[in-house]
Amino acid sequence: MEKSRKSFGSGLTTKFTPVLSIGDKHIPKTSSTLTVRDILGRWKVRWGIGRRGFRVAPGLYAVGEPDRKSPVLVTANYKMTFDLVRQALAGIDAFILVLDTKGINVWCAAGKGTFGTAELEARITSTGLRDVVGHRELILPQLGAVGVAAHEIYAKTGFAVHYGPVRIDDIKAYIAAGMEKTPAMARVQFKLRDRLAIIPVEITQALPIVIAIAAACSLLSLPFDPAFGVRFFSRVATMLGAVAVGIVLFPPLLPYLPFRAFAAKGAILGLIWSLAAASLFRMSVPISISLALAAIPLTAFLAMQYTGASTYTNINGARIEVTRGIPIILISELLGLMGLIAERILSVRTA
Amino acid sequence: MELRYFSAGKSLALDTGSCIGCGRCVEVCPHAVFSINDRLAAIEVRDRCMECGACGRNCPTGAITVKSGVGCAFAIINGMVSGKEPSCDCDGPESPRKNRKACC
Repeated sequence: MEKSRKSFGSGLTTKFTPVLSIGDKHIPKTSSTLTVRDILGRWKVRWGIGRRGFRVAPGLYAVGEPDRKSPVLVTANYKMTFDLVRQALAGIDAFILVLDTKGINVWCAAGKGTFGTAELEARITSTGLRDVVGHRELILPQLGAVGVAAHEIYAKTGFAVHYGPVRIDDIKAYIAAGMEKTPAMARVQFKLRDRLAIIPVEITQALPIVIAIAAACSLLSLPFDPAFGVRFFSRVATMLGAVAVGIVLFPPLLPYLPFRAFAAKGAILGLIWSLAAASLFRMSVPISISLALAAIPLTAFLAMQYTGASTYTNINGARIEVTRGIPIILISELLGLMGLIAERILSVRTA
Repeated sequence: MELRYFSAGKSLALDTGSCIGCGRCVEVCPHAVFSINDRLAAIEVRDRCMECGACGRNCPTGAITVKSGVGCAFAIINGMVSGKEPSCDCDGPESPRKNRKACC
């Protein structure tokens, strides 16, 4: 079914012409080095282009020259994930068992259950893995444990599940140590590079917000008189600045901002930006206050959205942020807009 | 610097009576919430728990229970708007904002 999809064909940028034959099983061989096309594809999805079609066909693959004793690593069929796995396996002979996670990464797919017990069991059977390898051991990514019950896999298939490191970069050290991981390998991180990786796709997704803000700011700068340009610039720069701060500055600064709630952290950044904008653009106090009331909630909202990209938030806390934060965000936004509209009406009347 | 959220690990429960000390929880927990003391599991740092549910799913005796869910504000807003459970199916074909969120 999946193979007939057009987007699937275009997303499957890796060609698997060489085949490894073990018994009557013919396993496609994949390389541990990426082609220019693979790297270009990764860059595109980082910017949010064609993410849904960026998949590989589920099934069994060979890296290097694996034999019946070689380790079997289980992963998702999001192509970025698959590419990171095969890259990390450079110099190791292994099998990669790709589950059908609908093009979603391991952790998110495990949360949805597609990287799950049923799919793993079915994929072991459909690939004939029992006839390919002599052993009965599987290495799963640790974050896949959200969706897979190791004891059920053992009971149903006879394969013993080993949860490997969180990050695939540690896989060589893990295998070399006889499938033992250090406490550090088991900890999920949210380092600067992890936090920055999400910025491009957030920028792409913010484009409609940018257009809406530009339209709203031009209305709030009416009428068309010689000072329209100055008014428009100060308003649009303050508001778009608040968006930029929420998308670009919030991720790197996350650990250093006070409060645990993301919306509160974002509001702090939004406040600092609003003060900076007020002095930069030399606006009057009433306009500055109105703009701050409209701009701060934008940063706070974008920061709150970032909970979904983080690696350590829980549902209860996020629910509190939403139920308490959204009303404050909406009221502040409304007050700010009313202030800006009132300022325009008053100045036109007095003129 | 260690990042901590609030309201952490509220639903995480461990029944040491049925724990067999297999260590699976230590193996799967991404935030080192558990430790093994005297051959039995113990909740070491509840404040780090994000309720991902990996420990509960992999506990062979059902000694660990946790109500798992996604710590994602967008998923919660999504659930409120659609009247369903919070879901991070932002990439799903049924999502109103498909392919629009960075999370998954």
